[in-house]
Amino acid sequence: MEYNEISTFSQTWGLVYLVVMFLGGVIYALWPKNKSKFDHAAQIPLEDD
Amino acid sequence: MTRETTAKAKMPLDGWVIAAALVIGTFYATLTAARTEDPVMSVHAYIFAGAFLLGIFGIIKAYFDNSESLTSQSADAPIEYDLKVIKAGVIASVFWGIVGFLAGDTIAFQLAYPDLNFDTSFINFGRLRPLHTSAVIFAFGGNVLLATSFYVVQRTCKARLPGVFSSWFVFWGYQLFIVIAATGYLMGATQGKEYAEPEWYTDIWLTIVWVVYLLVFLGTLWKRREPHIYVANWFYLAFIVTVAMLHIVNNLTVPVSWTSSKSYILFAGVQDALTQWWYGHNAVGFFLTAGFLAIMYYFVPKRANRPVYSYRLSIVHFWSLIFMYIWAGPHHLHYTALPDWAQTLGMTFSIMLWMPSWGGMINGLMTLSGAWDKLRTDPVLRMLVVSIAFYGMSTFEGPVMSIKAVNSLSHYTDWTVGHVHSGALGWVAYVSFGALYCLVPWLWNRTQLYSLKLVSYHFWISTFGILLYITSMWVSGILQGLMWRAYDDLGFLEYSFVETVEAMNPFYWIRAIGGAFFVIGSLIMAYNLWRTARGDVRTESRSLAPEAVPSPIAAE
Repeated sequence: MEYNEISTFSQTWGLVYLVVMFLGGVIYALWPKNKSKFDHAAQIPLEDD
Repeated sequence: MTRETTAKAKMPLDGWVIAAALVIGTFYATLTAARTEDPVMSVHAYIFAGAFLLGIFGIIKAYFDNSESLTSQSADAPIEYDLKVIKAGVIASVFWGIVGFLAGDTIAFQLAYPDLNFDTSFINFGRLRPLHTSAVIFAFGGNVLLATSFYVVQRTCKARLPGVFSSWFVFWGYQLFIVIAATGYLMGATQGKEYAEPEWYTDIWLTIVWVVYLLVFLGTLWKRREPHIYVANWFYLAFIVTVAMLHIVNNLTVPVSWTSSKSYILFAGVQDALTQWWYGHNAVGFFLTAGFLAIMYYFVPKRANRPVYSYRLSIVHFWSLIFMYIWAGPHHLHYTALPDWAQTLGMTFSIMLWMPSWGGMINGLMTLSGAWDKLRTDPVLRMLVVSIAFYGMSTFEGPVMSIKAVNSLSHYTDWTVGHVHSGALGWVAYVSFGALYCLVPWLWNRTQLYSLKLVSYHFWISTFGILLYITSMWVSGILQGLMWRAYDDLGFLEYSFVETVEAMNPFYWIRAIGGAFFVIGSLIMAYNLWRTARGDVRTESRSLAPEAVPSPIAAE
């Protein structure tokens, strides 16, 4: 692989990869079904005494 | 001798493994000490050999002293947290913090008054400067992260640290790394890479310690009785894993020989520079940010006694921060031989980082919504909240400085130094101080701090010091940058270099005095924490009632 091929690949597919990963994270965080799990998780530091 | 009956308890597995490794290490270090002609390597080989021997004695002594506590608990017994190693981490944090702050203020005075270099190589600016940066980042910050991560991961997973000696190996191994690195700097051993100065053998030792740290952390997560892994642990894990990766790649060196302290890096030229700043900026991103955000996500909710503002936001904060930080390094190499597109990439990601950073800041600050009155009554919470405010400020300033046009003025000037310190003193140190003020009463089983008034004094004195520091560096840096780029009518440079240095001198004095205030604040904290650990309570009108100490036994 030449330098130009690597840089073109990272400048195009690298962008796609990061956007997809970011969207995946946002969808996971906002998925309605996960809400109760997260509400419980937020209490973890306060519960343990 | 009743002891003989108890001494029959089995030596835990990690005790055998560590003891065996230390025996091999002692032989190897002694052999190196005998064969080397390099004075630095000789000193370090003796230190290694001595430390390994002490480690072997320590394991044997622990085995005979209280072998009953070495036996693994039965499955149905309540889980008792491992808190001793955390106490050691807290003490080490305070000690190295003061050492690092003092070293920093010393070099600040050296810049203002160069005679303080005393014409001796050991304590001149060039050698004390990496000593300062390593002492505050790795010794102070590192010990705070070790101590808090061991505390937080146990409590939020309701599980004890795995093994008996492993966490102690991590703690003492890390202190040994600090001693080897620091003595190396004073003797002139350096790779010349910023924040990665320690030579190859020190790097290998840190790698071993770090892998055990990762295993202890993962082992606790593995044993957890709480199904969800709390967000603070995600940040700690990202910090541990990424720092391992950065450290190994940036330190791929070839030693001159097995008995030489000198090594050469595998990469050449601009590749080396890019690797170095990929490492350097992510040391900021994953050591000084991700790790301390983990502290924020545990200690702020705990101290304010309310859950984090938005757990969803914390997840988005985590993933976006992790994905973006790793690309921001090239902004350290604007207008260099680095390809232009890579510079632009670094700049773009740095600007995008503003969003997750401020998302995290808002999440931390808004955790107090409905409890803002606590800022008036609880100086510890005030310290934590101001640390988040400084986090927001320096993560705003950073992206601005990464813009090429701004960077052409700010780069290589004191503005950078001021920026780093608003993050380091205001964010990293303050969130650490807040965590230490929380941890000492919890660990030493005290219902309150010795004195809240002294916390207030610490807060105001240090804050005044930080403000002196960063404002003087703004003025000095912009002055310096403008003087460097000033041309006269004929196109010649307006100022010689030494004229720019002279112009900065008053600001060097202000900065050094600001630093002295910060040191005084940390001494007040050390005294307060020491009296707290002893169990003293100062008579003063208190706005905070004594609190229950978190139980050392995991709740069912």
